[in-house]
Amino acid sequence: MCLGVPGRVVEVNGLVATVDFWGVRRQVHLELVDEPVKAGDYILNHVGFAIRRIPEEDVEGTLALYEELLKEAGQDDLMAADVRGEMAAIPPEGHGNR
Amino acid sequence: MATDRHAETAQLKFRDPQRAAQLRAAIERTVAEVGHAPVTIMHVCGSHEQAIAKFGLRSILPPAIDLIMGPGCPVCITDMPEVDEAVALSARGVRVATYGDMIRVPGTTKSLADAQADGAHVHVVYSVAQAVEMARTTTDEVVFFATGFETTAVATAAVLLAGTPHNFSVLSAHKYVPPAMELVASLPDTRIEGFLAAGHAATITGWRLFEPMARKYHTPIVVAGFEPLDILAAILRLVELVRDRRAEVVNMYPRCVSPDGNRNALGQMWRVFELTGGHWRGIAWVPDGNLQLRAEWAHVDARTRFGLGVRTRDDQPAVVTDCICGEIMIGRAAPTDCTLFGTTCLPESPVGACMVSSEGTCRIWYQYGGQPNLAGTAR
Repeated sequence: MCLGVPGRVVEVNGLVATVDFWGVRRQVHLELVDEPVKAGDYILNHVGFAIRRIPEEDVEGTLALYEELLKEAGQDDLMAADVRGEMAAIPPEGHGNR
Repeated sequence: MATDRHAETAQLKFRDPQRAAQLRAAIERTVAEVGHAPVTIMHVCGSHEQAIAKFGLRSILPPAIDLIMGPGCPVCITDMPEVDEAVALSARGVRVATYGDMIRVPGTTKSLADAQADGAHVHVVYSVAQAVEMARTTTDEVVFFATGFETTAVATAAVLLAGTPHNFSVLSAHKYVPPAMELVASLPDTRIEGFLAAGHAATITGWRLFEPMARKYHTPIVVAGFEPLDILAAILRLVELVRDRRAEVVNMYPRCVSPDGNRNALGQMWRVFELTGGHWRGIAWVPDGNLQLRAEWAHVDARTRFGLGVRTRDDQPAVVTDCICGEIMIGRAAPTDCTLFGTTCLPESPVGACMVSSEGTCRIWYQYGGQPNLAGTAR
């Protein structure tokens, strides 16, 4: 519940963005984000809502750990499993979400 | 997306053993200058504990640092009577939707998973928005059992402000982190000399609101990110502040945390919620620790709509009285001090909530085989 996961905005449609999380596209709500987002921006996703637009210069640093965790997934790794779980739990595009 | 490039960056930036060794050496030098040992610091975030356990950070910290996890797991501190309310609603034929972590948390007599096994309609959702969507597709009453800290409370606020169907309501068990940190800091016998604040909760609230607490309790607070080297760097900064007796707030996670936080999200949260005192499971009554719906949202408050009675804390199962989750969460005990840990209390049959959640201290320690102590071999 508590894990924030960063992703890259593919498309914005009103208050819903399609966001790419390592090749998995999910819809994320934009009501809470602190600044306007556009395609190409990175956001921090929390329970299906973007809570932060991540400044461009910080994107690599923010993504890096998750890349690392995902590479190691498959081992008995609670945290990587959690990241995967968060991403898997986000409803697929156009289904179960506004 | 340039994943290969990012992966290389990750190796260089976050798993660089040389940089970790440098940080460790700096922490060791600095803690020796404090003048006493151990120096006890508390973090208040389940995601921090996961990173610390996963990457074995305790094992590379000098023995003079005692790094403990405070009340940072939202599942663990959801009170038993709050679970009971959700279970009671489900028994009345209401559809109860909640975050996955909550399903197995024991109530007084049963968990939501038990209720589901008994035929109740209990639904796991990833987002409160899915619970709203469910309400749009049914004529049944749908209650969202809303748990978590400010990071999830803002999402609950957003869906209510956006407008919800008439058959949707909220059972709020949302909690607010800063008062719990203050409670721990104010304990007369506290050993805590500094806090690592949770980076994502602070993304919402900003770091400036910690300043009065730092001054009042003479306790430095460092906002920390979640990469292993970020955590080590934050610990170094915190120990420097302890050494220098500077009760300041330092933000070591600036890419997500600003002085005043996410004003848009905070504005929505305070339009919908207000602070009230509440019991945090296993810990204490935390003044201003709970987020309840404001009076003008009574029409979507499940407690009002369904006339839920005053909650009681009686009749706890006997085994619960042996559970020391509360002592663990305020830093007075470790999971291995608990007689139930790993025997009666297991991930598949949890007694205390700390064993239920993937963010709970006991669950994490069980997963990683207890607190690794390899300090002697790390030199």
